[in-house]
Amino acid sequence: MEFLLFLLRRILWSILVLVGLSIVIFAIARVVPGDPARMALGPTATAEQVADLQEKLGLDKPIVEQYGMFITGLGRGDLGRSLLTERPVNDDIRDTFAATFELVLATITIAFVLGVPLGVAAARWKDKWPDTLVRVLAIFSAVTPSFFAALLLQILAGYVLHILPTTGRLPPSMDFVASVTGLLTIDSLIAGRLDVFGEALRYLLLPATALALATMGQIARITRSSMIDVSSQDYIEASRAFGVPEPIRVFKYMLRPSFVPPLTILGLEFASLIGNAFVVELVFAWPGMAAYGIRTILQKDLNAVMGVVMVSGVFFVLVNLVIDVLVGFVDPRVRLRGSR
Amino acid sequence: MSEALLSVRNLGVQFTTYGQTNQVLKGVSLDVPARSQIALVGESGSGKTVTMRAIMGLLRTPPARITGGEIFYDGRDLLTMPAKDRLKLRGTAMSMVFQDPMSSLNPVFTIADQMGTILKYADRRLGRSRGKKERMARVHEVLGQVRMRDPERVARSYPIMLSGGMRQRVLIAMALLSEPQLLIADEPGTALDVTTQAQILKLLKDLVEERGLALLMITHNLGVVRETSNYVYVMNKGVVVEHRPTAELFEAPRDDYTKALIAAVPRLTGGTSFGRAGAAA
Repeated sequence: MEFLLFLLRRILWSILVLVGLSIVIFAIARVVPGDPARMALGPTATAEQVADLQEKLGLDKPIVEQYGMFITGLGRGDLGRSLLTERPVNDDIRDTFAATFELVLATITIAFVLGVPLGVAAARWKDKWPDTLVRVLAIFSAVTPSFFAALLLQILAGYVLHILPTTGRLPPSMDFVASVTGLLTIDSLIAGRLDVFGEALRYLLLPATALALATMGQIARITRSSMIDVSSQDYIEASRAFGVPEPIRVFKYMLRPSFVPPLTILGLEFASLIGNAFVVELVFAWPGMAAYGIRTILQKDLNAVMGVVMVSGVFFVLVNLVIDVLVGFVDPRVRLRGSR
Repeated sequence: MSEALLSVRNLGVQFTTYGQTNQVLKGVSLDVPARSQIALVGESGSGKTVTMRAIMGLLRTPPARITGGEIFYDGRDLLTMPAKDRLKLRGTAMSMVFQDPMSSLNPVFTIADQMGTILKYADRRLGRSRGKKERMARVHEVLGQVRMRDPERVARSYPIMLSGGMRQRVLIAMALLSEPQLLIADEPGTALDVTTQAQILKLLKDLVEERGLALLMITHNLGVVRETSNYVYVMNKGVVVEHRPTAELFEAPRDDYTKALIAAVPRLTGGTSFGRAGAAA
């Protein structure tokens, strides 16, 4: 019950955040120089044609009215038409979102599955060589721009070693339409196509790793400091005095209370993750929403840009909501305090 | 007292931190006979906590190093026995009651989980085994023995849901889980208000007497010494300066440091004589 209230409060906040985001993105889109109608029609279009399109898009109306149109469309779940693809933005995003979502999920998984054990090892052997190694690794992964990591991985695994595919989501020879969730890995399992599942994983591995590195480094560092902090707590000493074996102490009594900071960091990292996905998707020709977003920004395709940003925003807010729930699950103090 | 359950002989411990070596214990000896209630009293930095940690095998080496002496438990030297045998005793034959109920319980696990885990591995070390249900039954039983009104509810709770006094009881219950013969109590209740502390000490004393356990009470509080022990060791700067039956010590302290300690206790009748005694020390 208390937890539901806590959730409700978070959801209300999230809605406020999204309204704020819609205003900001709307304002930015109008301030950026360049006329979308002129860019869509090309340099050969006559002034009359441009004025026509401007009227059609509502660009000739007062700015407040334009925002009103945008927000009512948003309320109906209608993001308008894209000038670039000449399709409803809704359709474009539906087609590309799943690819990005799958990439981001794989990224988070890699970052967590590698980052947390690295952090635990560093904390367990503090100031010994595993710690030094992890710290160097974490710093390197944090300062390496993801486009550089992407190119490096692509060259190494794709062109030198020839072990992993470098572009796309599936081999062109494979005809499989992800029709249930849009996620190839999940839909292939639903359809019982293990061959597709394997290939999808192989195609995911490089872009997801490139994207995961920075986050992994962050998570390793946070987990390390959080574990070291917890290891000096009285309750860890107490469990030692009661003869609880070390593996249980480290992986149960220390790890669980240490889990909250990396989880929280993950939520915040999520924004930069989506940002970096723009670059990584381009490098790996990943047909995702981020790559779509870049193309539309270059074309000043206003409806599409605002659509992509709004969907990213909703995604960000939802992920952080999920993380809040997880934190409440991991640490009862958060859950119980929420009621006071 | 050669037949003592616990006998510390001439124990020396030094610490090396930042290149500086300090001899923290300079030959400490003390005896805890079976069924006796012994107090080890001294101010912060006197070495009483290091003594306790050495007995429990909790010193981190390094920075600590045991430079000499023996710790006999039931006739066997803890310092020379195989690590595995020593681990068998920890939390089972000898157990510890922790000082701070606010920080000595893991905040993210229920009481049942934490006590169950302690019991599970204690059983394993002793070569016993019991199912989860039996373990929980034992957890509830011990929680009842520390006079919890609703052991099942307490077991289901997270530490944050319990008061300080209740948490301290849980810490005592944890120590009692595997029926130890020796309880080492590190100033239990210091973090609590005076009334609750008095209840906790009373409970501890009752439990020790009912079960015929030996109690080693580590404290800086002479009031606690008087309440809970019949023999007392006074420590200062890494050595035992005086040891006598508790009543005698309060009647006629011999050592100057002991006199100063007793004189420093504030009196309800006014006049703490603190300044004068401090000068004497």
